[in-house]
Formats: sequence, structure tokens, C-alpha cells
Amino acid sequence: MNTTALLALDALLVFSLLSLAVAALATHDARRSVILFMAFGLVLAVAWGRLMAPDVALAEAAIGAGLSGALLLAAVHEQPRRALSGDSRPGHNRAHSSFKVALEWAVTLLCVAVAGVLAWALAAAFDRTPKDVLAQAVSDNLAASGVSNPVTAVLLNFRAYDTLLELAVLLTAVLGIMAMGPERRGYRAAGPVFDGLVGWLVPVLILMAGYLLWVGAHAPGGAFQAGATLAAAGVVLRLAGQRSAGLPPWRLLHLTVAAGVVMFLAVGLSLLALGRPFLGYPPAWAGALILLIETAAMLAIAATLVLAFLGGRPAESHLNFSKEKRQC
Amino acid sequence: MLTAHWLYGMSGCLIVALGLRTALLHAVLLQRLIGINVMGAGVFLMLIAVAYRGPGVAPDPVPHALVLTGIVVAVSATALALALGRRLSAEQDDE
Repeated sequence: MNTTALLALDALLVFSLLSLAVAALATHDARRSVILFMAFGLVLAVAWGRLMAPDVALAEAAIGAGLSGALLLAAVHEQPRRALSGDSRPGHNRAHSSFKVALEWAVTLLCVAVAGVLAWALAAAFDRTPKDVLAQAVSDNLAASGVSNPVTAVLLNFRAYDTLLELAVLLTAVLGIMAMGPERRGYRAAGPVFDGLVGWLVPVLILMAGYLLWVGAHAPGGAFQAGATLAAAGVVLRLAGQRSAGLPPWRLLHLTVAAGVVMFLAVGLSLLALGRPFLGYPPAWAGALILLIETAAMLAIAATLVLAFLGGRPAESHLNFSKEKRQC
Repeated sequence: MLTAHWLYGMSGCLIVALGLRTALLHAVLLQRLIGINVMGAGVFLMLIAVAYRGPGVAPDPVPHALVLTGIVVAVSATALALALGRRLSAEQDDE
């Protein structure tokens, strides 16, 4: 593609991103704000594709736009009306209006200053000719990593510690969510059209998750994208009135949520016992070990995201009778 | 031609500022969260712009892995914040 066409595409994408961000943040209607934010996420996914970051584009489309949007919309749906309209306390505004205007200006100036500092730092980073020390190290060692997708190699091999800790962050978040209280109210059973859609959408999503997991070794994909796709299947089931939302039985739930961290630690400690460094895979085994960890991580991420959508601890009875048909 | 990373990186800075302003000023938790998420998206734009090496050239995979991690952490933090907010409003309703 010639450079002028590329520049036109860039200008269009950046313009759309900025206007969608402004629109999503400026509106006082929460529902509109969430939907504009989802549109922002989708345009962002296109921008990642343009900047040659297909792994990030997949994750953004599935998580940034899809699941975040579903989470936020469910929260909008639940919030009482008065909380949505913002300043509803009468008499509160007028007394402090001049103070409020001053505060708004001060915060706006602070934000302009933040943007200025960031732009200055970024310009300094761009001005230095890229040395690419890390990128070079990745491409030099890619052959020994067990996978040929450099992003997967960084996530699961070179910087496996980071991913282990990230899964621990996810586990902490989901335990926090479950400690906060019971899940939000369920949805009514779906009508025949949505039911028909669920019938083929859920198997396709599960198949796609498996494909993304497998293909992540040598092409864009991996545990995060696969986990998000699997979670989407759970969210669809929940929206159709299936109370278990595809989660495993109660006694397996905690194990599933912790599966990523558990598998990571099991592999790391076994390697340590065999006299290798923690998470220092032997090159011959690296591919298989990465797939093993990614499979566990995918299940944990999917369960975490479904629980995040439920917004709390699911009722034990919903999970133990998952064979039970939807209430009609 | 290296204008693309400037364009995306600088708009990333602007988007961070826009999100920060909403996160600090808005009265409603939900829109503050959207502000924080938009701010995160701006940071991701800066990182991916730094990784970009021009059309047809393989980009630096390390920032890509960072952003991938960031997206997943952002959604779990958002979910935790929503759960906290829900509990908070339930407590207030009880009073």
C-alpha cells in the first residue's frame, strides 16, 4: 500500500479514536457512555491491526471491547436511576459552584500538564534511534523458546515470571469479587430466536477458543485470547438464562480459578527439583510445557472473566445442578 | 516514513489526559471507571507506538506482551471495582 493511503487510514483511525473517547467521556448518560466506549475499543482493535500488533488486536476485540462492555452494561442495568443521573442532590450544586468551576479548571490544567510531560517523554523515546536490545534478544533466542510466535515466547518463556504474577493478580481480583457478595440477579430464559443462536454460537466459541490456544504457538493467539473467547461462551449462556453460565461444579470452581497459578508453580517447582532454574524450560520440552501452562491459564482466565461478569459468588446450587434445564 | 508512530503515540498522550480528567472529576463511579479504562487505552497506544518499526518490519514483541497483560489486568480491576461499588451502594441502601 502506498504511503499516502496509509497516512489517510492513520488519520482516520486517530480521529475516530479521539472523537469516540471524547464522546464516551462527555456524555452524562451511562448507557450511552458504555456503548461509545465499546465502539472505541473496536476502533482501537483496528488500530492495533494497523500497527502490526495482531495479538493485541485479538485481545482488545475480545476483552477490551467485548467483555469490558458486557461487564459495564450489566452494571448500568443494575444501578438505580438516581445513581446514574449524577448530581441529583438539590441545593448542593449552587452553594459550591464557583469552587467547583475552579476545581474543574485546576484538574483540566493538571491533565494538560500530564499530556505535555508524556508527549515530551515519548518524543525523547522516539528521537533516540531504536537500539532494539530486547527485540534482538527475543529474535536471537526464539528458536530455543519452544514456540515461534514472539509474543507468546515473551509471555510464557522469556518473561514467564511476569505472566505468573499476572495470573496471581487475576486470582486476587476474582477472590475479591467473590468475597464481595452473591452474584447479581439472573436473566430470564431466552426467546426462541436467541435460544437458536445460543445453540450454535456456544459450540463455535468453544471451538474457536481451542483453535486460538493451539495456534498461539506460531501465530497470533494464545491463552488470553482463548480464555476471553471461552468466557464469551459463558456470558452468552448466562444471558440466555442458563444459571451456571458454563462454570464447573462448585467443588471444582476454586481449583479452576486457581488453575493457571497452580500449573505455573507446579511446572516451575518441578523444574527446580530437576536442577534447572525456576521456569527455565529445557528447550526440547519448552513447547509442550508452554501448551500445558497455557491450557490451565485459559481455563482460569475464562472462569475468572465469567465470575467477573456474574459480579459475585455464584449460588452453590446453580453450579451443582448444571444438568438442570433453564427455568422456563 | 516514520510519521505513524508519532501520530498514534501523541494521540495516546491526549487520550490519557482525557481519561484522567474524567476519572478525577466525574461524580458517577461507572463513568470514572470508563475514564480509567480510556486512560489505560492511551498508555497502550503509547507502548504500541514505541514498538512500531514501520510497515512491513517486524515490531518489538516485548511491549506487545506488556499491553496484552495490561488489557487482562485492566478488565479484572474494572470488575473488582464494579463489585466493590455494588456492595457499597447496597450498604448505603440499607441505612
